[in-house]
Amino acid sequence: MTDPQIVEEQSSAESSSSKTVTLRMAKFNPEHDSGTQFVNFQVSYERWTTVLDAILDVKKHLDHSVAVRYSCRQASCGSCGMKINGRPRLACFTKISELNSDVITVEPMNNYPIVRDLVVDLERMFDTHKEMKPFIIREDSEITTNTKEFLQTPEQVEEYIQFANCIKCGLCNSACPTMATDSSFLGPQALTQAYRYVADNRDKGKNERLKIIDDSHGIWRCHFAGSCSQVCPKGVDPAMGIQMLRGHLLGFKK
Amino acid sequence: MRESIIMKIHYGTALGAVVLVAVHILYRITMMSFGDSLEYENVVANYKFVPYAIMLELILVLLSVHGFNGLRVILLELKQGKSYEKVVTYGCLASMAILIAYGSRTILMTSMGMT
Repeated sequence: MTDPQIVEEQSSAESSSSKTVTLRMAKFNPEHDSGTQFVNFQVSYERWTTVLDAILDVKKHLDHSVAVRYSCRQASCGSCGMKINGRPRLACFTKISELNSDVITVEPMNNYPIVRDLVVDLERMFDTHKEMKPFIIREDSEITTNTKEFLQTPEQVEEYIQFANCIKCGLCNSACPTMATDSSFLGPQALTQAYRYVADNRDKGKNERLKIIDDSHGIWRCHFAGSCSQVCPKGVDPAMGIQMLRGHLLGFKK
Repeated sequence: MRESIIMKIHYGTALGAVVLVAVHILYRITMMSFGDSLEYENVVANYKFVPYAIMLELILVLLSVHGFNGLRVILLELKQGKSYEKVVTYGCLASMAILIAYGSRTILMTSMGMT
């Protein structure tokens, strides 16, 4: 007997009509271009076509020179961050149909040096991430003699788990207004990672991390615009993490 | 000085200034009409009343510290660079000291009747 749901899905796929959209793509090569130029491509799309699919379609059939970074295509690697219709998003996680627009403008993310076209240099973000010592700091370890696993209660895990979902895509730094003017600012990504470990009860490196972020271009330069939390594709709330860290520095939280 | 200490001072001076300026404004509008409170004799009388002169001096210090630190923060966000940041920090400190010294001189001279 045929499953009625499968029959329904097949018929909906057959009846779906392919529409077209204008993909307005930023093209810039810092080696020989003086400024960004936009090139328009007409691409057909289905209900499920993502912006990344459309860009790769252009790259395959219309312009092989398009530079785009991608890997997993399922919002896990954080490689395909770009500005889509003015907002930082993951191209693999944004369907054309949900944008409700006939023109899709794709540009490289703000606040990063452009490598080419849609690819930006994320090196500084990774450097500031490393600066936060993104690992558990303590003298003993799970493999030290006479120690066991560091068990945590669900409440203790709840304290930091959402911040551990960060995939380092850099969208938060791209949306941050402080990052746009202060090139030395640590950025919401790094500050959130600092909080991820400060809030972990297994970690003993709180004072080290608080010292790093308590700088003239550190945590105090956040204006709490909250745009970092708005654009995070993984539901992380960097703005909240930053406020919690401030609580630690002001002595409201132990 | 650590940035967290500077920011604690920044928030503290803001709160202090809000409270004292509120007292100052309430004093202006409750003791007499606002227009009368700006008459020359009444203004000079405020300075001669020592507790009020102390409050004015405190408002001057709180607002200068808060304002110049705010300016420092804005300038640090505007441009970066070691020597630039040093100039901004010491420049703001010096300006703050000059403003407090000049304001204090005015308060002191007026309260001593040297007008």
